[in-house]
Amino acid sequence: MTAVARKGLRPVSGRRRRSDLIARSVVLLFTLVAIVPLVAILYWLLKEGLGAWSTSFFTTDPTGRFLGDPGGIRSAILGTILMVALASVIAVPIGVGVALYLVEYGKQSRFANTVRYFVDVMTGVPSVVFGLFVYIVLVVTKVAGTFAAWKGSVALALLMLPVVVRSAEVVLNLVPNSLREAALALGAPRWKVIVKIVLPTALPGIVTGSLLAIARAAGETAPLLFTAAFVLGSSADLSQRMNSLPLQIFNDVGQAQDRLVQRAWGAALTLVVGVLLLTLIARLIQRRSKLAP
Amino acid sequence: MEAGSLTPRATVRGGRSIHERSPRSRAIDPLLKWFLSGLAALILVLIAFFFIRLFIEAKPAFDKFGYLGFVFDNSWVPSQTLYGALPLVVGTVITSAIALLIGVPVAIATALYITELAPNRVRAPLTITVELLAAVPSVVYGLWGIAVLAPKLQPAEQWFSDTFSFLPLVGGQVSIPNYFIAGLILAIMIVPIVSAISREVMSTVPSDHKEAALALGATRWEMIKMAVLPYSRAGISGAAMLGLGRAIGETIAVTIVIGNAADIGNTIFSQGYTLAAVIANEFGEAASDPIHRAALIAAGLVLFVLTLIVNAIARYYVNRASRPASVPKGMAG
Repeated sequence: MTAVARKGLRPVSGRRRRSDLIARSVVLLFTLVAIVPLVAILYWLLKEGLGAWSTSFFTTDPTGRFLGDPGGIRSAILGTILMVALASVIAVPIGVGVALYLVEYGKQSRFANTVRYFVDVMTGVPSVVFGLFVYIVLVVTKVAGTFAAWKGSVALALLMLPVVVRSAEVVLNLVPNSLREAALALGAPRWKVIVKIVLPTALPGIVTGSLLAIARAAGETAPLLFTAAFVLGSSADLSQRMNSLPLQIFNDVGQAQDRLVQRAWGAALTLVVGVLLLTLIARLIQRRSKLAP
Repeated sequence: MEAGSLTPRATVRGGRSIHERSPRSRAIDPLLKWFLSGLAALILVLIAFFFIRLFIEAKPAFDKFGYLGFVFDNSWVPSQTLYGALPLVVGTVITSAIALLIGVPVAIATALYITELAPNRVRAPLTITVELLAAVPSVVYGLWGIAVLAPKLQPAEQWFSDTFSFLPLVGGQVSIPNYFIAGLILAIMIVPIVSAISREVMSTVPSDHKEAALALGATRWEMIKMAVLPYSRAGISGAAMLGLGRAIGETIAVTIVIGNAADIGNTIFSQGYTLAAVIANEFGEAASDPIHRAALIAAGLVLFVLTLIVNAIARYYVNRASRPASVPKGMAG
């Protein structure tokens, strides 16, 4: 006893201090390693992509000609916007509806938990499998023609659905129960509580989740490959084949021509800027809202 | 004084009290409930339909080659209508293994740094930076991988291949698109998700445990080793499994950088193929050939089942980690 007291606190031995230092340095090093790819990708995107950007790059369709002017990416930009917009129109209302069921009615019932489980299952399904599914169900069976933009939207919507459900569920759960109870005590029927109290309170969070889902869908290639297919010209007809940015990039990467790879960089930069803008807007809305998930 | 004056018997049409809701207003409630329940049921129906349709369409391939024959035959030669998916399965396994080996340590280190070591000022920007990696579309990773990373790394890979040729799966000529590059790209792609979930788990480590370790004189690293890592082991395993699920299913980036050769490569620097890549790459030729199409759909089904299993295991671990019951008896409270 007295011996310990006399000795007091022993300083950390050199060996332990060294191993601490080494371990912490390794952790820091690995963290830096994680950031390197992002910096490298952004650097190359800006370096190669900005070189491809010009007014005509955004205002002309790809020509598909092997020699001469390869054209721009107008049809790809329009196609991505149209198809993602349609996909959101499908996925967001259904997703929010399912989330409302889970939070307001289903709660911890067996059915609700089963639905939750399968929504999680959907999150893990590879996007290429969703594309394959829509291909089997809508393209092979020739429902209103073969490849069509709206079928691509359906595939994207399937991809977005679980993301929307999960994020909306989290936000709806954050709506204080006291608000619901106050409205119910004042005599409001259930549906009015949902429409007038729960949804408006949760709105910013739902918008954030939906925007993140949209950002994810906009960058997906595999589901569109089998459903909307590739085409050069731009059109707003959702029943026809439609070009999209990811598919344009995928097509150009495979070409052995530098000019086409250059166009791929330009299109990639456009896509990344769009996706990052959506992400940024989503985060800003999230920060504004009081119910931050 | 009379009770009647306190509760006036005011009625509207139909003789019902004004305190009662109109029949229409009352009808909306069950309607909404049934509508929303229907939407939820739709998800279940959709997944059942999804699985059944995939299975029916893949059936011709399974009938022809057998279930095990399809998965374990080493011959994917569409021109001879031979569809044995072993080269694809092996490719998926090799690339995912490389992705985990490289990605998981980096992701865990990032999570540890952000939660335990980083100065407060750095924390938020670092978190956002790592999350930005998740926002980059996979086709852009593919483009960067094949146009920048693969050619730049080729000399280094060749040196490694020559120097360490005594190791298994290393040696020989390095081709520009190869398993390793695909695995490396996948590693970069799974870092954000593995790191985010690890971070979440690590932030649930009770500060009592950490402070106890520090109070006993542990260094920061000893505190991490004794308090943080043991507590969050299940969650980190789950995070790694979720990363694995991502890596298995990733399609476009891999299709671009793996070379799409339907033979099992001799080394990790040979060209290869994965289950997901074969679908994206060959579906165009398969459109007119029913058995080829069935084989690709069968590959998709195998992929689907694989990700299902991996994700189920992942969910088991993550749920176990997030439940407070996972704290060993005697350590709780």
